[in-house]
Amino acid sequence: MLGRSKLVLGDKSFKDVTEDICEPLEKLPGKPWLMMFGAAKTTLLFYFGVLFYIAYTGMGTMGVSHPIMWGTDIVTFVFWVGIGHAGTLISAILFLFRQKWRTGIARAAEAMTVFAVMTAGIFPLMHTGRPWLAFWLFPYPNQRGPLWVNFRSPLLWDVFAVSTYATVSIVFWYVGLIPDFATVRDRAKNTLRKNIYGALSMGWRGTNRNWRHYEMVYLLLAGLSTPLVLSVHTIVSFDFAVANLPGWHTTIFPPYFIAGAIFSGFAMVVTLMTLVRIGFPQIKDYITLDHLEVMNKIIMTTGMMVGYAYGSEFFIAWYSGVEFEKFAFVNRAFGPMGWSYWIMVSCNVISPQVFWFKKFRRSIPVMFVVSIIVNIGMWFERFVITMSLHRDFLPANWAVFHFKFADVGVLVGSFGMFFTLFLLFLRAFPMVSMSEVKPCLEVGRDGGGHHE
Amino acid sequence: MSKYVSGVVGFIEDDHKLLAAAKKTYAAGYREFDTISPFPIHGMDAAMGLGRSAIPWVTFFAGLTGCSFGLWFTWWTSAVNYPVNVGGKPFMSLPAFIPILFELTILFGALSSVGAMFILNGLPKVKPPVIDPDLTCSKFALFIPETETGYSPEKAESHLKSIGATDIRRVAEF
Repeated sequence: MLGRSKLVLGDKSFKDVTEDICEPLEKLPGKPWLMMFGAAKTTLLFYFGVLFYIAYTGMGTMGVSHPIMWGTDIVTFVFWVGIGHAGTLISAILFLFRQKWRTGIARAAEAMTVFAVMTAGIFPLMHTGRPWLAFWLFPYPNQRGPLWVNFRSPLLWDVFAVSTYATVSIVFWYVGLIPDFATVRDRAKNTLRKNIYGALSMGWRGTNRNWRHYEMVYLLLAGLSTPLVLSVHTIVSFDFAVANLPGWHTTIFPPYFIAGAIFSGFAMVVTLMTLVRIGFPQIKDYITLDHLEVMNKIIMTTGMMVGYAYGSEFFIAWYSGVEFEKFAFVNRAFGPMGWSYWIMVSCNVISPQVFWFKKFRRSIPVMFVVSIIVNIGMWFERFVITMSLHRDFLPANWAVFHFKFADVGVLVGSFGMFFTLFLLFLRAFPMVSMSEVKPCLEVGRDGGGHHE
Repeated sequence: MSKYVSGVVGFIEDDHKLLAAAKKTYAAGYREFDTISPFPIHGMDAAMGLGRSAIPWVTFFAGLTGCSFGLWFTWWTSAVNYPVNVGGKPFMSLPAFIPILFELTILFGALSSVGAMFILNGLPKVKPPVIDPDLTCSKFALFIPETETGYSPEKAESHLKSIGATDIRRVAEF
C-alpha cells in the first residue's frame, strides 16, 4: 500500500505546533516583514490620495467615456472578488470533501478572501461617482416616497451577494479563529495581551460540550458558504450576462466566471504562500511543497477550464449565426484592442501549462512567476470582457479605451490596501489554524495513514 | 452556564486515551462531566453520551425566515408600497427576485447558527477560570463537577485514578 505523505513535516508535538505558529505574534517583526509592510503602507497612502482625487474631482479622472461607460473600476472589482473565491473554496468546499491538506493553508486563504472582498468593495462605490451616497444601494425607509431600490437589477443582486459574502466570510473566519485566540490568550505573558486575546476568544475553554456545537456550526457554515461562493460570482457574471449586448449575453458566463475566479484566487494563494514561507521559515513545515504542488495542479486545471471557455465562446458566436455576436468576438481578438485578448490568452491558457512537469510544479521560483502572470492574465480577462463596449451597434459610437492616471493609480493602490491588511494579519492572528492542524499531525507518520 | 462550579480534574496523556477515559467515565454512571482538549476529538460526543447538536434546526428555520422575509419584502416594496414600472416588467418579478431571496436565506441561516452556537455555549464568557493554560495548547483533561449526582471529591479522585489520569487536582471553580 502506498503511504500517505505527511501533512505536517518535522514530527511536531502539539506544543511545537503552538510554538511555531504563535511565534510571529509574540516577537518583534523581522526585516523582510518591515520592508514589505513599509512598501505596502506607502502604496496604501498613495491609494488614499488617488481615491480622494477621484471622489473630489469626479469620474472624468478615470478612462470612462462614451461608449465605454464601464471602465477599469468594474474590471478591478471583478478581479478582487474573484481572488476571494479561492479562500472560500479551500475553507468550505475542501472541508466538506474532508480534504485534510486544507488545514495548513485554510486560515491564510480565508484571510485573503476577507481582504480581497474588502478591497473589491471600494470599486463599485467609487464608480457611483458619489461614494458618500453609497447607502442608497440598500433598501431602507426614506423620505423620497419611500422610493425602493430596483430588485430586478443585477447590480442590486450584486450588492446583496457581495455584502452577504463579505459578512459570512468574516463570520466563518472569526469562528475558526476563536479556539486559536484562546491558545494565544493562555500563552500571554502580559495583561494587555491577555485581555485583548481574551476578548477575541470570547472566553473559549475547549470543553467538549462547547466543541460539539462549535463543530456543528463550522460544518453548517461550510455548507452555507459553498452555494454562497458559487452564487456570488454567478451574480457578478449576471452584471454582464443579463445585459442585451453581444459578447455578454451568454449562458456560459456563470461557470466561466467561477472557474476564472478559482483560477486567479489559487494563483494569489500561491503568490502569498511563497512569500509567507520566505518571511516565516517555520511555516514551511505546515505549508509544504506538497500543498503548493496540489494548488498548482488546481491552477492548471482551472486554467484549462477558462481556456475551454474562451474557445467555446468563439464557437458559439460562430454557431449562433448572429452577425453581431460573431463580430463582437472577432473584434475582441483582432480589433484595435486585440492586444489585451492575446495577453489574456497567453497568460491564462499558455503559462500554466508548465505545470505538466513535476519539476516546475514543485519549484518555488517557477510557481511564483506563473502565479503572478496568471493574475495579470485574469485582470485582462475582465478587461477584455468589459471592453466589449468599445464597438457597439452604431459605428459612429466606436472608440477605444484610454488609460488615465487614476485607472492605473487605483489598481496599484488597491494592492497596497490588500497587502497592508494581509501583512498585519500575519503578525496579529495565528496564520495557521492550530486547532485544525493538531489532529492531522499523525497523517503520514509510520508509513501508513491514521484515519478515524 | 454563567455560574462556575467546583470539581475535580484529571489530566490524561493524549486524545486517544481521553476518548477511552470518557467512555469509562460514562459507563461508571457520570453524566455531567466534561473533557477539555485543544482540538475537537472525533467520537467524543458519543463517548460522553451527548446527542447531535440542535443547531441545524436553528439554521433551517432561520434560513426559511430569511427566504420568506425576502419574498415578502421584494413583493411589498416592488408591487405594493411604491410600484415603479421598470422596462414594462411585472411589478412582482419573482424570477428576478430569486437572487435576493437566496442571499437572505444564507445570511439569516449563517448569522443565526453562529448566534445559536454562542448562546448554547454560554459565550462570551468574561475572564473565565482556566484550569491550566496548556489545555488550549497540548494537554487533555477530564473534569467532574460538583453537580454530578452523588458527587464527592474523594470518589471522583479515585475514579480519575482508575481511568489512568496522571495529574489529579481539585478545582475551586470552572
